[in-house]
Amino acid sequence: MEQLLKVLERNARLSLEDLAAMTGQSVQQVAKALDEYQQEGVIRGYHALIDWEKVCSDRVQAFIELRVRPKKSHGFDEIATAISQFPEVESVTLMSGGYDLQLVITGHSFQEIALFVAKRLSPMDDVLSTATHFVLRTYKKDGVIYGGEEKDEREWATL
Amino acid sequence: MDYSKLISPAAQAMRPSGIRKFFDLAAEMKDCISLGVGEPDFKTPWRIRDAAIKSLQAGRTTYTANAGMKELRIEIANYMKRRFGLEYDALGEVLVTVGGSEAIDLCIRSLVAPGDEVIIPEPCFVCYQPITTLTGGVPVPVALRAEDEFRLTPEALKAAITPRTKLLILPFPSNPTGAVMEREDLEAIAEVLRDTNIIVLSDEIYAELNYGANRHVSIASLPGMWERTVVVNGFSKAFAMTGWRMGYACGPKPLIQVMTKLHQNCIMCAPTISQYAAIVAMRECDEEIEEMRQEYDMRRRFLVRRLNEMGLHCFEPKGAFYVFPSIQSTGMTSEEFCEKLLYAKQVAVVPGTAFGDCGEGFVRISYAYSVKHLEQALERIGAFLKECQS
Repeated sequence: MEQLLKVLERNARLSLEDLAAMTGQSVQQVAKALDEYQQEGVIRGYHALIDWEKVCSDRVQAFIELRVRPKKSHGFDEIATAISQFPEVESVTLMSGGYDLQLVITGHSFQEIALFVAKRLSPMDDVLSTATHFVLRTYKKDGVIYGGEEKDEREWATL
Repeated sequence: MDYSKLISPAAQAMRPSGIRKFFDLAAEMKDCISLGVGEPDFKTPWRIRDAAIKSLQAGRTTYTANAGMKELRIEIANYMKRRFGLEYDALGEVLVTVGGSEAIDLCIRSLVAPGDEVIIPEPCFVCYQPITTLTGGVPVPVALRAEDEFRLTPEALKAAITPRTKLLILPFPSNPTGAVMEREDLEAIAEVLRDTNIIVLSDEIYAELNYGANRHVSIASLPGMWERTVVVNGFSKAFAMTGWRMGYACGPKPLIQVMTKLHQNCIMCAPTISQYAAIVAMRECDEEIEEMRQEYDMRRRFLVRRLNEMGLHCFEPKGAFYVFPSIQSTGMTSEEFCEKLLYAKQVAVVPGTAFGDCGEGFVRISYAYSVKHLEQALERIGAFLKECQS
């Protein structure tokens, strides 16, 4: 049924009947699988992919690299869970390499995000350092090309 | 100057594409959704493109051997063995051509003398008939039927054979119907041909795009058929390489040799840069083509379900990337349907009659498009059908 997840990942709005046809399953099988995926937390939600640059100008996004002090007993879980509670924080991931946690933060202005980092994140006990990178432009996100629409350049060469 | 007096009668007699005007109209139209093109929407896999770039960087810009680079012909022979169980000598029984189209042209011109008959099962790709006529051959169309799921039956074949029959064109999986010939279907055809001197031009350009329980079978792999078959295949469809113009023909040495002679005089050799790319395609891209195949398969199921649901009945096509639904329930002819749909809803599909008279009552819908694109088009077609009923 992994095929169902692959189809769904790119076509979340299709009906059960369509999904069943596309994966060669019965409607009942697909409905049951979706229920199970949701219960097990395999499917975490359904989102619209929005190009906010086209809609409003007062929306700023930043990637923040965080170096933190891990706890003996909980490793990174405790601090990561604490940071996840901030509504401004869109995502928190543990990284390999030169820093530990990567956050994605959305706000109305550069200043708002800078203040959040200075006043809320940096003072946290286990945060050693932060580095904030503002997003200037999105070219591709979740497999979709942003900005210029991809044009179908195929011509009617032959049948 | 009166050019019409200068142009050869044979060239003049070649029928211009009847629906060219229709396509031009669609291309001009704003907000037109096309389901018309006959080529993949995927880009050529990156490693293939990269191989071409590297060949240019290395300055490989000369001609190759007329029959194609030896290295590529060896890869093609390996591929034919690996995928279809066919044995060909890379250095005498394989010819690299400019697309499958050139291989078709060479094969027909090498075999067909004036008055020879060429059996062409229709509806089919558009080039067989004009090339046959240009050589002085006589096209003998065989109308395939929806109730046979557009397969060639031994009865229909037998009825078309005469003492003048030279060549049978066997284009499966089929453009435009999506029909495939299973092993037992081919066996029945082979049984008719074994006692004859008829050669088969098996156009297998869509061989990789087969969605049935069984993989594609080449008629050349059946007992007694290798020696009477020229297999035409290429990179355009399976590898999403239409613009590279890379095809090939495999067959008995005497035939491939003559085809190579013609090719040498008309074309010299297939494009070198594309040949370097094709080597990598054959060697390293099984995974990429399987991924594309699965994506097509998913769209195919989606489309068949939706079309049947909205009352455009179609049999389940098992190959290529086309669905061939019947539009007879609307009471319109194919051309009428396509024209009205284009004007009313700005959706372009191809009338079945573009592929032979027996395509009347059907339209060809390509699914070389994203699901999102297909969905938008289907919504419009659905609305069109409702308006037609009321």
